[in-house]
Amino acid sequence: MTVAAEQVSTASGAPRGSLRRSRPRYGELAIQAVLLLAALVSIGTTVGIVYSLIPPTIDFFRQVSFAEFFTGGSWAPLFEPPTYGFLPLLAGTLVITAIAVLVAVPLGLLAAIYLSEYARPGLRKTFKPLLEILAGIPTVVYGFFALAFVTPLLRGVWPVGEGPAIFNGLAAGIVMGVMIIPTVASLSEDAMAAVPQSLRDGAFALGSTKMVVSLRVVVPAALSGIVAAFVLGISRAIGETMIVTIASGISTEVNWNPLQAMQTMTAFIAQAGSGDIPVQSFDYKTVFAVAAVLFVITFLINALSIRLVRKYREVYE
Amino acid sequence: MTSPAEVGIPPRDERAVRLGPTRRRPAEVLFHGLLLTSLIIGLIFLVTLLVYVVARGWPRLDARLWENFNSIRRPERAGAQAAIFGTIWVMGLTALLCLPTGILAAIYMEEYADKTKWWNRAIELNLQNLAAVPSIVYGILGLGIIARQFGLGTSIITAAITLSLLVLPVVVVASREAIRAVPSTIRDGSLALGATKWQTIWKQILPAAIPGIATGSILALSRAIGEAAPLLLLGAVTFVAFNPDSLTSAYTVLPIQIYDWIRQSREEFQVLAAAAIVILLAILLLMNSVAIYIRNRYQKRW
Repeated sequence: MTVAAEQVSTASGAPRGSLRRSRPRYGELAIQAVLLLAALVSIGTTVGIVYSLIPPTIDFFRQVSFAEFFTGGSWAPLFEPPTYGFLPLLAGTLVITAIAVLVAVPLGLLAAIYLSEYARPGLRKTFKPLLEILAGIPTVVYGFFALAFVTPLLRGVWPVGEGPAIFNGLAAGIVMGVMIIPTVASLSEDAMAAVPQSLRDGAFALGSTKMVVSLRVVVPAALSGIVAAFVLGISRAIGETMIVTIASGISTEVNWNPLQAMQTMTAFIAQAGSGDIPVQSFDYKTVFAVAAVLFVITFLINALSIRLVRKYREVYE
Repeated sequence: MTSPAEVGIPPRDERAVRLGPTRRRPAEVLFHGLLLTSLIIGLIFLVTLLVYVVARGWPRLDARLWENFNSIRRPERAGAQAAIFGTIWVMGLTALLCLPTGILAAIYMEEYADKTKWWNRAIELNLQNLAAVPSIVYGILGLGIIARQFGLGTSIITAAITLSLLVLPVVVVASREAIRAVPSTIRDGSLALGATKWQTIWKQILPAAIPGIATGSILALSRAIGEAAPLLLLGAVTFVAFNPDSLTSAYTVLPIQIYDWIRQSREEFQVLAAAAIVILLAILLLMNSVAIYIRNRYQKRW
């Protein structure tokens, strides 16, 4: 076809009927270059983050050995004499993240099943935005609520013993859990919505009840997406700063008891970094070193989550 | 669509063949109740939080809050005017910086990027990852690069650049969705009439995508307004008793002012914090309402 058309145009001696444009449009190319530049800003951001973290972190580990940092049980870099054992921060982060996940995962998943499988469209349209409001409330507000309302409430109703301290990991973890419910719920719901209707219909036709269809068909079919939602929830809990800075206090020793004060990695960065610390000081490098560890941990978790989401998209979409 | 969901409910027509049990099984009812409860727990929490904050802040929710400056010694005269103006400045600058960048990046990724090229996939993956980087890490970026390396110090412009980078992924994702929702028939029609690619984008696709982009952008900015963690590292916590007047002036913003008051031990400051939270939430509510209005008023279903 094209060959024949070309032969005709050459035969008649007229210019070729090419569909390509005759000359390059420099204006269009310039615009495309500007657009690409805008897209590259995001790459620049990542490069900037890594570039800002590496030199101070290297300086930090010149003076503090890996062994001391990753196995030391005392974290008091701003005290005299300073100690640089990372484990108290790790323990604080793990405990509070675990509480948040224990709150967010069951509530978020069950709410997602309700929204995806049970709620009528009208009800879904009301409930979903309401739940999303939880994700839009500033974290400083959650911190205030944890410190001024949840902690006194827990202390008031605590049945045995002393109950939680003024600054404790429990209230911070609970409030953080509620904050990430929408993250878990909306990602899980997306994954469940991607499950083909034919799978549900098949199960119903075999006589399954709605509960069985939800738990035995929809949830397993959407599992990789649901796990991705959990993983992203964990990542958000680890990276959350204001709630823990306000409500969970400071601890220089390894503490697994959520009723006591505990410090997370993010809370340390916020507390130690909020003064105007001189660039050359070792405190500055310490803040950056902890931030580097935080960045690496959340980066790995996010990569896992992205991989899982891609997996369920591949299967059904 | 007759959904199989109705299987558990007895058919209304008595002549019809009954396909399911007449009564729902207890386990089914229990499970339904459990699901609904989980959803409602979150909502109860939300209502409790709002009621508590308004009730606690009510005594100080008056003109002093926006007419006066902060005062550490006399809490009864303290106000948040510097923080309110600071928030307006920082947000205005953030919008100026991140909206054009985000929308242009979204146009590139939707209309130009060839997904088979590795660098385009890298941009895509990188954006997904950036969206989940903890906000405090952006504070580190702002402190280490923008404030120190670029020499901008702990000023308004540093805060605005940092927050722009923080919400950029949100703007890009929202704008991409809006652009993707424009049907390809419009694109093809324009190109077929001889418009260049950019003419098509500028005259056809962008106008059609604007409502979606606006909605997403407002939501992104409302995230930036509530953000406190990165600004803690960028000098916003210092005591400020004047309104900002240039890009390089010292500043504070509402979330930071709230944080500062929460840390004070006197009860009056806790009430002040609650009152300032009410203002912050009111601003967010207003922005979200505008976003929802734009979406409902202008968004077309193709």
